[in-house]
Amino acid sequence: MGSGTSTQHHFAFQNAEKAFRAAALIQRWYRRYVARLEMRRRCTWSIFQSIEYAGQQDQVKLHNFFSYLVDHFTPSSHNERDFLNRMFTEEQPPQASEMQNSGDYESIEVPDSYTGPRLAFPLLPDHATALVEAFRRKQRLHARYVLNLLHEARKHLVQLPNINRVSTCYSEEITVCGDLHGQLDDLIFIFYKNGLPSPERAYVFNGDFVDRGKDSVEILMVLFAFMLVYPKEFHLNRGNHEDHIVNLRYGFTKEVMHKYKIHGKKILKLLQDVFCWLPLATLVDEKVLILHGGVSDRTDLELLAKLDRHKIVSTMRYKTRKENKKQAEEKGNANQTGSAGRPSPWFLPQSRSLPSSPLRPSTHKTHRAGRSSSVPCGVPLDPKELSRRVRHSVDLELERCRQQAGFPAIKEKEEPSSSESEVDSDAEEPPQPTPEEWRQVVDILWSDPMAQEGCRANTVRGGGCYFGPNVTEQLLQKYNLQFLIRSHECKPEGYEFCHSRKVLTIFSASNYYEVGSNRGAYVKLGPDLTPHIMQFQANKATHTLTMRQRISRVEESALRALREKLFAHSSDILVEFKKHDKDETGLITLSDWAAAVESVLHLGLPWRMLRPQLVSSLTDNKLAYKSWLENLAKEKLSQQNIQSSLLETLYRNRSNLETIFRIIDSDHSGSISLDEFRHTWKLFSSHMNIDITDDCICDLARSIDFNKDGHIDINEFLEAFRLVEQSCSGADVSDCP
Amino acid sequence: MADDRDRDGTEIAVAEFHKKIKEAFEVFDHESNNTVDVREVGTIIRSLGCCPSEGELHDLIAEVEEEEPTGYIRFEKFLPVMTEVLLERRYRPIPEDILLRAFEVLDPAKRGFLSKDELIKYMTEEGEPFSQEEMEEMLSAAIDPESNSVLYKDYITMMVIDEN
Repeated sequence: MGSGTSTQHHFAFQNAEKAFRAAALIQRWYRRYVARLEMRRRCTWSIFQSIEYAGQQDQVKLHNFFSYLVDHFTPSSHNERDFLNRMFTEEQPPQASEMQNSGDYESIEVPDSYTGPRLAFPLLPDHATALVEAFRRKQRLHARYVLNLLHEARKHLVQLPNINRVSTCYSEEITVCGDLHGQLDDLIFIFYKNGLPSPERAYVFNGDFVDRGKDSVEILMVLFAFMLVYPKEFHLNRGNHEDHIVNLRYGFTKEVMHKYKIHGKKILKLLQDVFCWLPLATLVDEKVLILHGGVSDRTDLELLAKLDRHKIVSTMRYKTRKENKKQAEEKGNANQTGSAGRPSPWFLPQSRSLPSSPLRPSTHKTHRAGRSSSVPCGVPLDPKELSRRVRHSVDLELERCRQQAGFPAIKEKEEPSSSESEVDSDAEEPPQPTPEEWRQVVDILWSDPMAQEGCRANTVRGGGCYFGPNVTEQLLQKYNLQFLIRSHECKPEGYEFCHSRKVLTIFSASNYYEVGSNRGAYVKLGPDLTPHIMQFQANKATHTLTMRQRISRVEESALRALREKLFAHSSDILVEFKKHDKDETGLITLSDWAAAVESVLHLGLPWRMLRPQLVSSLTDNKLAYKSWLENLAKEKLSQQNIQSSLLETLYRNRSNLETIFRIIDSDHSGSISLDEFRHTWKLFSSHMNIDITDDCICDLARSIDFNKDGHIDINEFLEAFRLVEQSCSGADVSDCP
Repeated sequence: MADDRDRDGTEIAVAEFHKKIKEAFEVFDHESNNTVDVREVGTIIRSLGCCPSEGELHDLIAEVEEEEPTGYIRFEKFLPVMTEVLLERRYRPIPEDILLRAFEVLDPAKRGFLSKDELIKYMTEEGEPFSQEEMEEMLSAAIDPESNSVLYKDYITMMVIDEN
């Protein structure tokens, strides 16, 4: 009771209060730190996604380029004609009989020195398990067995309906996996964690087994092996990447040719066919519909069940010889008759035509209306004018696509009905898919869900649509279903519910963008059809990293990709900067920087949030833009002796270039001649409005011919651009400029 | 004259703040309909440079919520409130030395570290307590595994470098 005690109390109270306040301060500071990390994580994700989708838009441009070539290009010289022939034909058109000819693989000898797995058919469960084990130990399957397995797989697939039906009566649990994209580690992990397939353990793999990752071949082998061993319990759906044209761009073709130098081409040819025989969807207990992309307001399961899925070779668009001929006749265009004699592109299977683009439902006016993309060509035009017109029409198309998002109905240019009439008129060729069948398949392989009600064209991907909760509801009610499982989109947690949990996205490729970028997941369904999600991340390294380290690492990768994109558009960006600097001070505000960069790249990124990572030094809160751009170039130039603006052009078009190379290299030898490169580049650059002189092209071709033998080794060329990334990825970040 | 300049300066500042706020908001506007989940508002506010306490954050949320809370915050309500916050420079971040002193208060013996248990006790029982998840995450980066303690001076330095 004395003053001593009350002082003690007083001090104690004060101390407690101080501790309380100190703790609160630390917590306050820490929560802000975490929030900023979270924001960085989101921004990083945005970067990856926007760059990925921009790449898909590139594909659209490329296809328009090829359509343009096929439709309109009149070679002006003998050389060019030869070159086009070379580009557009292959040595032998594939015959149906060839596919079944077992001479395909039986004649291939397997040397005694081969220590990899050997397969005997019919396959037994042990063989499939042994195959997984062999691949885990990094062995490679001999081409003979690859072809044999693919033949057997094809025989099996041909018997399957378009929509697999699975019941939980037989296998008590069903595991559904999403995109794997060549990431064998994830597949092995799933089998390890969840158990190998068996009569009691059914699996559905929902498409996109290949491309991007480095082990697409091995994944296919494992999946097909288990499919043959457990035909009733193991099911595969086709994804948009099970498509030989998509594979040209996204790495599967390259992987096959790299791993199987001699027989790769045969393998690719067979795969092309096998992919078209993959079923389109799986239905569990008549209640849960599993398909790769999504649905549209037109999705008709009865039609999908009935159509001949084998007719849909690729969901990418090419016009055919037949269409051209009819168009020419209709327009009475003398100039076009020369083209009728031209062989059709080898990458377009000879006997099949693809009547319309994912972007162009050719006849009906729908509220997702497409547009005509061919340029009516009445009289022979000089190349410049032709080029200008084509560019204009391409731009118009893309612009219209963007505008569609806000407009319910768009007037369509009526297309000449060649695509319809050819379906009926030609009795000699096997039946083509109708435009409606075409659209149905594209929709289920390419669509994405959106939060808003309605259904509109998926302009980001260039195919399928965005479908809203009402579309889902409508479909579920129409067919008396409980919910949809789809894949097609990478999610940070490996899965995501939407549309009031009526749509589940499941994605099984962990660390898809970069180590640490996302988890993978798979979902299990029991007889009650309640989804149970399991997540994983198939890289032990990430578990030992803190959140901060994981985020930093992924972020660094995203920023590198973004800086490369910025560099690839330096010239245009400089023009924009100058517009904001009329007084030629050499400085611009950060606000102007953000506006300029977005106006060129159109990535929709939060530039102000990203600014500290991209712009390091400021004078008076302003940016000296010329030196900033120079620094971006320095990162790339150090490895090359190529002039900066040329390098920029190469970077900007790298993805398209690679695809074009692979198409030119029709015998898959891995190299193309300087002449071929120059010809293609000329065509491509004029079509894409790239200002480049003939001399520049020659210089470019010569500088890429590293060993000066008159040929460009494709892989060498592409590796040259990865050198900078490779040297940075493993090293300390501070080593990089 | 000075007033005019001030006004111009403020207008420019406001315009810039508006852009910044919009950008940060859009990162979390998943449905592209100018709303964000109320649970993400804290992240948005903090990444705009503010460092509010949980209590202050709740007050802010109350200002931007609908009369009948929907679980979503609309941009139209968020923008003016957040602009004021930025103009008034409210909820300033904590300088490094103040942070250091806070740790030292919790370490009256001046050992230079806090044991893992001590850190857990303070962070989960005092102030505005951490959730278990928050605690685990802090521990994963803060605790030096050999000594099982947080050497707070080094920890602060590491975190600050990372920020910049």
